[in-house]
Amino acid sequence: MSFRYEIRLSGEGGQGLVLAGKILAEAAAVYDELNATQSQSYGPEARGGASRSEVIISDEDIDYPKAVNIDLLLALTQESCDRYHSDLKKDGIILVDSEAVTRVPEGSFRVIKVPIIQLAREKAGRALVANIVALGLIAGISRIVSEKSLLTAIEARVPKGTEELNLKAFAVGLREAQAIMK
Amino acid sequence: MFNYDQYLRLNKFPLIWCSGCGDGIVLKSMLRAIHKLGINKDEMCMVSGIGCSSRLTGYVDFNTLHTTHGRALTFATGIKMANPKLHVVVVTGDGDATAIGGNHYIHAARRNIDITVILFNNFIYGMTGGQVSPTTPKGKRASTAPYGNFENAFNISGLAQAAGASYVARATVYNAVQLEKYIQRAIEKKGFSLVEVLSPCPTAYGRRNREGTPVDMILHQKENSIPVSKAESMTPEELEGKIITGVLVDTERPECRTEYQRLIDHLKEEK
Amino acid sequence: MQEEKNIRVLTGNEACAEGALAAGMRFYAGYPITPSSEVAEVLAVELPKIGGVFIQMEDEIASIGAIIGGSLAGVKSMTATSGPGFSLMQENIGFAAMAEVPCVIVNVMRGGPSTGLPTLPAQGDVMQARWGTHGDHPIIALAPFSVAETFALTVRAFNLSEKYRTPVILLLDEIIGHVNEKVNMPDTTALEIIDRIPPAVAPDKYLPYEHTECGVPPMASFGQGYRFHVTGLAHDETGFPTNSGREIGRLIERLHRKIEQNRDDIVEVDAFMMDDAETALVSFGSTARSARHAVRLAREAGKKVGLLRLKTLWPFADKEIRAYAGQIKNWVVAEMNLGQMAHEVEWALAGAAPVKRLNKVDGDPISPAEILQALPE
Repeated sequence: MSFRYEIRLSGEGGQGLVLAGKILAEAAAVYDELNATQSQSYGPEARGGASRSEVIISDEDIDYPKAVNIDLLLALTQESCDRYHSDLKKDGIILVDSEAVTRVPEGSFRVIKVPIIQLAREKAGRALVANIVALGLIAGISRIVSEKSLLTAIEARVPKGTEELNLKAFAVGLREAQAIMK
Repeated sequence: MFNYDQYLRLNKFPLIWCSGCGDGIVLKSMLRAIHKLGINKDEMCMVSGIGCSSRLTGYVDFNTLHTTHGRALTFATGIKMANPKLHVVVVTGDGDATAIGGNHYIHAARRNIDITVILFNNFIYGMTGGQVSPTTPKGKRASTAPYGNFENAFNISGLAQAAGASYVARATVYNAVQLEKYIQRAIEKKGFSLVEVLSPCPTAYGRRNREGTPVDMILHQKENSIPVSKAESMTPEELEGKIITGVLVDTERPECRTEYQRLIDHLKEEK
Repeated sequence: MQEEKNIRVLTGNEACAEGALAAGMRFYAGYPITPSSEVAEVLAVELPKIGGVFIQMEDEIASIGAIIGGSLAGVKSMTATSGPGFSLMQENIGFAAMAEVPCVIVNVMRGGPSTGLPTLPAQGDVMQARWGTHGDHPIIALAPFSVAETFALTVRAFNLSEKYRTPVILLLDEIIGHVNEKVNMPDTTALEIIDRIPPAVAPDKYLPYEHTECGVPPMASFGQGYRFHVTGLAHDETGFPTNSGREIGRLIERLHRKIEQNRDDIVEVDAFMMDDAETALVSFGSTARSARHAVRLAREAGKKVGLLRLKTLWPFADKEIRAYAGQIKNWVVAEMNLGQMAHEVEWALAGAAPVKRLNKVDGDPISPAEILQALPE
C-alpha cells in the first residue's frame, strides 16, 4: 500500500526549520530509499516572523510538493500554530512547544505538548538546537524515517564542529518521544 | 612609410567616416602602436559598441566584435575573463561609453580588468545626426540642444581615474605622435587603461557650432591644449575652455583576471 | 545506501548549476535576483575549483553581454536571472540570436509584472521568452518539472545551444528552483555532450555565417586564427554588414530555417496516460506536477484523463498536440499566468475541441484539487 506523509515545520525565522526539513528529506530520500521533497514558503505570509518548511515523504513519485493534508505539524511559536494548522488531517498530530504555544487549536487531531526549546537549552546544551530536538521528536512520533538515517543526515548537514551537539539534541528529542509514545 | 594595409580589411573600404573626421587619425595611430608592440593579429580582439567610432572594428584585421549600444565593455569583460591570453581593446565613443554604457564603464575601471579603452570623444552623437552627448560642453548646440546645452559635461578621464583605472591619458588627434605613444602604453598596461582622444566632428558638431573647417577644428586643438604638468599650476579660470592633455594616471594595481587566476591556482593547490 | 547509485537531495537551482557544469559550462556571469541567486552561489564556489570563471556583473545587461563574449572566446557560458532581469537582457538575447552565439539564459520565473512577487512562483514569462526581443527570430525554451529534470534539461539546453548556434532559454519557476527533491545523479561521464562544430576550412576560406544545408554555420572562436567579424547588424555570409535585401532576407530566413527544420529534434513532450484519454490536460513546469497528481486522482475515480506535459515550450509543440485532436474531447490548459500557453494550444487545435483555461496569478500554485474541479464532468 502506497503512502504519502506530510510534515509541516513551523516557527519563526532563524529557528533552523529549513535545515531541519532538508535533513528530514535527505534521511528519507538518500538513506531510507523513499521519495521526499522539502519546500518552504516566504513572502507576505512569512511577515511577522512566521515561517514554515514542508516535507513530503512517500514511497511513490511525489507530484505536488506542497502540504495539503498534513499528518504532522510542528509549531514552535503561537503565531505559526495559529496560522498553519488549518491543513491538518482529521487524525493528524500537532506537536507544539508547550511554553511558546499556550492556545492550541481545537479539533479531532492529537495534540502533543513538549517544552522543546527548554529541552534544547537544558538537556542538549543550547536553545539553538531546538530544531534538531524537534527532529528527534518527529522521528519517534511518526516513525516515518529511520533513526539511523536521520543520524547520518544530521552529521552530513549540520555545520562542522557542531555534530556532537546536534546528535545529542536528536537523542534528547527521541528519548522524549519514546516516553510519550509508550 | 608605415604599411597600414597589413592590419586593414581593405575590401571593406571606403570608410563610413566623413571627410574631415578625426577618427581616421586615431585608427592609424592605433595600428602603429599595435605594430610597435609586435602583437600577433590572432591575439588581438577588438570590441566596439554603437556609433561612428564603433564602426572601426569592421575595418581592422583582428578578431572583431561590434556589439550593442553601450555594452562593448560587458562583452569585452566576458572575452577577457574567458580567455585572458587575448589582448582586448574596446573602441567606443563619448555617448556609447558614458551615457548608455556609463555603468559598465565605471565598473570595468573599478575591477581594473586588463582592457584598453580607446574613447573617441567628439562631443556629439554623430551617427544619429548630432544629438547632445554627456560631453557636449555647456552652451554648445546640438540637434536636441537647439538653444545650447544647459547641462554640465562629464570629465570622462576623471571618471575613469576616480573609478580605479590603472592608466588614463588624454590626447588630441592634432598630436598623433603623442596619441600613438599613449595607446601603446595603454595596451601594455596590465589593468584597465583609457585613452580619451578628442576627435573633431565637423559634420554634426563643428558646423552647428560654427567651428570652421576641419583644419580649423584641429588647429583649435593645437592652440588650446595644455600639458597636464603645466595645468597643475593654473587656476580653474585660466583652464576654462582648455584641453588638458597628457598622462593623468599611471599606476600599478591588482588586475581582475590575474586575481581570479590566483584564486584558481590557490584552490588547485589546496586539493 | 544503494550500491553504485549517487542519490542526492538538491533544489532545482542547485541541479541547474550542476547540470551546467556537467555540460561543460566554464564561464558564468550574473546579477543577484530572487528566486535565482542560488544558481550563482553554487557556481561561485564550484567554477574556480575546476579552472572555470565566475563573475558577478553590475547588472543583467552586463551579464548577458559578458556571456556572449565568453562564448565567442570559445567557452560555454551561462547566466541566470528572474523576470525583471530577463526583461533587461532582451536586447542582447536578440544579439546572440542574430550573431548566432551559443549561450544559456536561465529564468527562474516569479510573479510579475515589474517587481511583482519576488519570492512566489509564476509562469508569466512564456511569451517574454518567445517575443521579448525586437524583430523576428526563433528561440528555444525548455521548462523542466522536477529537480532531476532540471539537471537533464540544463545539459540539453547547452547541447541545443551548441548544436544550433543559438541562445537557449531555460524556464524554471520558483517552486522548481527552490524545492528540495531526490535526484539519482547521472554518471556525468556517460552524458551526451554536444560541442559547436569548428570550421573545417582554412581561415581565408571561412564563412562564419555560411548558408549551410542544415542551416547552422561552423563556428570558430576568437584567438584561433580565423579573425572573423561579429556584428548585430544584418550581415552576409562573411559576417560583415550588408544593405543587400537579398542577403538580409537570406540571413533572417536561415535563422528560422535552422530551428524549424530541426524542430522534431528540439520539441519534447511527455504524454502521461494519454493513450485512452478523452480529456487532456496541457501543462508545464511545476504546474504539470499538480496536473499529473490530478490525473492520478481522476483515474482513480474512473475518469479518462491524461496529461501532455511540454518539456520544450518553444518551438511550440503544435504538431504533438494536434496528433491527439481526433481523440480528445476536452482540453484543459493549466498555467500560472493568464493564458499565455492556452492561446498557443487553441491555435494548434484550430477549434478541433473546446479548450478550457485554468489560470492563477496570485502567487499561490495551482493545486491538484483545483485542476480536478476544472475537469469537465
